[in-house]
Amino acid sequence: MADVVAPAGASVATRRRPGGMNRWLQRRSTMAFLMTLPLIVLIIVLVIYPAIYALHLATLNKKMTQFVGLGNFTFLFTRETFWMVVQQSCIFALTAVFFKAVIGFIVAHLVHNVPNDKQRKWRGMLLIPWVIPPAMSTLAWLWLFDPSHSAFNWLLAHVGIGPIPWIGDANWARFSVILVNVWIGAPFFMIMYLAALKSVPEQLYEAAKIDGATWWQTMRFVTLPMMRNIIAITALFSTIVTFANFDIVRVLTRGDPLDKTHVFATWAFRVGIEGGDIPLGASVSLFMVPILTVAAIFILRDINRRGNEA
Amino acid sequence: MAEVSIRKVVKKYDEVLAVRGIDLDIKDQEFVVLVGPSGCGKTTTLRMIAGLEDITDGEILIGQDVVNDVPPKDRDIAMVFQNYALYPHMTVHENMSFGLRLKKFPKAEINARVTEAARILDITELLDRKPKQLSGGQRQRVAMGRAIVRNPKVFLFDEPLSNLDAKLRVQMRIEIKKVHQKVRTTTVYVTHDQVEAMTLADRVVVMNHGIIEQVGTPQELYHAPRTRFVAGFIGSPAMNFIPCRLEGGASGGASIVVGDALRMPLPPERAKRYEASKAVGQGQLLLGLRPEHLTEARGQGGAGVIPFDARIDVTEPMGMETFVYFEMAGAQVCGRVNPNAGATDGGPLKMAADLNNMHLIDDASGRVL
Amino acid sequence: MTTTTASPVAKPAAPAGYGSMKQDRIWALRWSYFFLILFVIFFLTPPIYMLITSLKTSREISSLHNPWWVYNPTLENYVELITSPQFQTFFINSALVSVIVVSTTMLIAIPAAFALSRMKFWGSATLATGVFLTYLIPETLLFIPLFKMMAVFNDITGISLINRWWVNLILYPTLTVPFCTWIMIGYFASIPKELDEAAIIDGATWMQTLTRIFIPVALPGLIAATIFAFTVSWAQFLYPLAFTTSTDQLVLPVGIITSLIKGDIFNWGQIMTGALLGAAPPLIIYAFLMDYYIAGLTAGATKG
Repeated sequence: MADVVAPAGASVATRRRPGGMNRWLQRRSTMAFLMTLPLIVLIIVLVIYPAIYALHLATLNKKMTQFVGLGNFTFLFTRETFWMVVQQSCIFALTAVFFKAVIGFIVAHLVHNVPNDKQRKWRGMLLIPWVIPPAMSTLAWLWLFDPSHSAFNWLLAHVGIGPIPWIGDANWARFSVILVNVWIGAPFFMIMYLAALKSVPEQLYEAAKIDGATWWQTMRFVTLPMMRNIIAITALFSTIVTFANFDIVRVLTRGDPLDKTHVFATWAFRVGIEGGDIPLGASVSLFMVPILTVAAIFILRDINRRGNEA
Repeated sequence: MAEVSIRKVVKKYDEVLAVRGIDLDIKDQEFVVLVGPSGCGKTTTLRMIAGLEDITDGEILIGQDVVNDVPPKDRDIAMVFQNYALYPHMTVHENMSFGLRLKKFPKAEINARVTEAARILDITELLDRKPKQLSGGQRQRVAMGRAIVRNPKVFLFDEPLSNLDAKLRVQMRIEIKKVHQKVRTTTVYVTHDQVEAMTLADRVVVMNHGIIEQVGTPQELYHAPRTRFVAGFIGSPAMNFIPCRLEGGASGGASIVVGDALRMPLPPERAKRYEASKAVGQGQLLLGLRPEHLTEARGQGGAGVIPFDARIDVTEPMGMETFVYFEMAGAQVCGRVNPNAGATDGGPLKMAADLNNMHLIDDASGRVL
Repeated sequence: MTTTTASPVAKPAAPAGYGSMKQDRIWALRWSYFFLILFVIFFLTPPIYMLITSLKTSREISSLHNPWWVYNPTLENYVELITSPQFQTFFINSALVSVIVVSTTMLIAIPAAFALSRMKFWGSATLATGVFLTYLIPETLLFIPLFKMMAVFNDITGISLINRWWVNLILYPTLTVPFCTWIMIGYFASIPKELDEAAIIDGATWMQTLTRIFIPVALPGLIAATIFAFTVSWAQFLYPLAFTTSTDQLVLPVGIITSLIKGDIFNWGQIMTGALLGAAPPLIIYAFLMDYYIAGLTAGATKG
């Protein structure tokens, strides 16, 4: 550690001489700037500028010839579809994140229970849904949900459950997109929680055992507090990704039936790219910003806290 | 090889002064140890010599050249770090030769130097291993080897032994001393361990709060500390500081008065010295006595050895000797007695203070009188 | 955990108590395995069903036999797809895009991460946080303004970026660079400060410190970041769907979905084969570099 002492009353003249050392330091910061320049350019041109540009676009009319102020937003507020999208996006994201977290938590514990040398194999199999490109795995689900050849319905028919309209009926379709999202995302939670479980020192469990804690008490007072931060960060991350999800809904239902399964991203695509109304599409996608901002702030807080703990 | 001069050097981090204007001249081939508690500015000073920190004010010279504005690589120094800082992906040979390879030395020369350094440090058979495969002591040797092959003007050591266990530390201490005797390179060594400082140094520099308290040979620091800080920092167990007064005696000899009851006449040569310094009658004084000068009373004692009664609180038998802790004038005091002197926890013991080796400290200024 | 048998003078009660605890543990383990198997079935059903379907003829697919079994396995679908020039184009486009994006991502991210973690300069801390926030911005927020930017760019310069496969080379780095920079900052930050100080004293320049010390030492992190960049590039769906339309410009995921699904006619055997082939590169990388893959996943949420 650097040796630092308490501030002294004596004032010291700080003379700066030009010279090799200073030149060396100066070169260092110039060089550092050059090394980060491509990153800075990329972020400004392809992230920050488009984000601001989206705000500008949202204030134009369909042909982008006229400034309409908040016209696009007031128009959206009058559309029933818009409110349906808001509702569906929230239900979709919250339910999916919740079930991903619960399943991830349970599976992480199950894997953690297995002897160490066998964990790798199980973990390897369980993470596969996360590895397959979502658009590709959703195709498999689409086929499993096929109206006339659903392999699930074939199985269910054997126990006397009638053909389920997996993606034909609005409520079933809502269920199906969440199911696929949970299927893809739960393994990620599992991996994160497993890493968190492994970071809990074994002595804590031993101490809890000696103190006579029950399984539930150990969970409540040792495991959960130690994992709290990872649980929060993972859930917040997932909230952002799920809320902004595009691939699953697009491939599985394209928003059908009757736009009942649209989320912000797919509806923005439908309106902005396919419908050719770029300003309206931009307005729709901007509605994701508040929720993403809140999640981002919390993540940043938790990550800094983690950094300080370390 | 070269001398190092530090002139009025100041280091400021934002508004915090880490080093407050220090002067130090290190002779060619000398082994100098900077010692002090953490936060005293010793590491900062070393890093300024290395060029890893810029200098806020003052000058540092290596050889005849002011190096303030010279980047580290052109200062011709080598440094051994606390955590060794070996490159984990390189073998020992590659670690030691990295600097030379960067400077495009001929291959034969590099190999010759590495072989020679490995021979000095007795790590020849480790040259093809990676740092991971080495023990702490071996890593330490490699780190030193990396410094030696460079054949620099100055070696800088930053607490190199603090990551080793106690036994290995003693061993490596001897090793470092041997290496210095062989290569005789000017060395600046930083540690917070006063034992390391005493055993290794030609001269020790005691630092505290960003200033130099005292510079001297280990013997000088031990027997003639100039400040209360140095007196307390050097030596283990530490020197005892007992609040006292100095009173002029009726018969001309002055006495030290501890508490209300204990009056200890000074030996004549001490009395003369303290009377000259006009400390007589001042209230705020401390009697500094090392534990070995607070022993059990032996027979008649001698001139300046004053017997007194003590009630022992705690005894610590060390084998060869026993440390006893008791109270004098409200201060906890440590004495060093013979194991057979009959010291028991809570029991009384006849003790004796050897005032021939005492120090008298002005409590207000912290100076030794 | 077989110490009970080793002790010859164990009191009668002790082995029983210990035994029941052992029994508990065995049952806990059995239940764990039981549920794990259920979850593995849940997690592996879709990919396995992909494989089953891909081995069937269209006749068998449209029959009413047990869909979970292959009666007449055939590689017909694979042969047909692999020899189809269209599918080959998709695959080549995907491969080109992914490889080039991974390379540029690393070329941008590594020096930037090094500078941000080691060479403190004005605004470097803010920039590091900014990188992280950028990584949190989803592509679904940016694709519409980017689409319009491309159109404006075309109006000004006459260079059309839309419906060119290489437009992805400009777009994908917005997804890969921030994350890769972020995790490389973490990996570089975990390298002890003394290591670069030792290198500086040894006479290394900043560039030499980066290439000869940092990159080799942080190689596991580099591999993790590379894997991440590759899987993200390979799986990206929204950008190519929005920005490319001609069949010769499409990348694999979009190509399979738009060209194999024609109106209401689903050739499921080929679609599943295509999906499986599209999933193969990331799966193969995962199979061989699982530990790096997982390290990269968990590194994202930690500050190195």
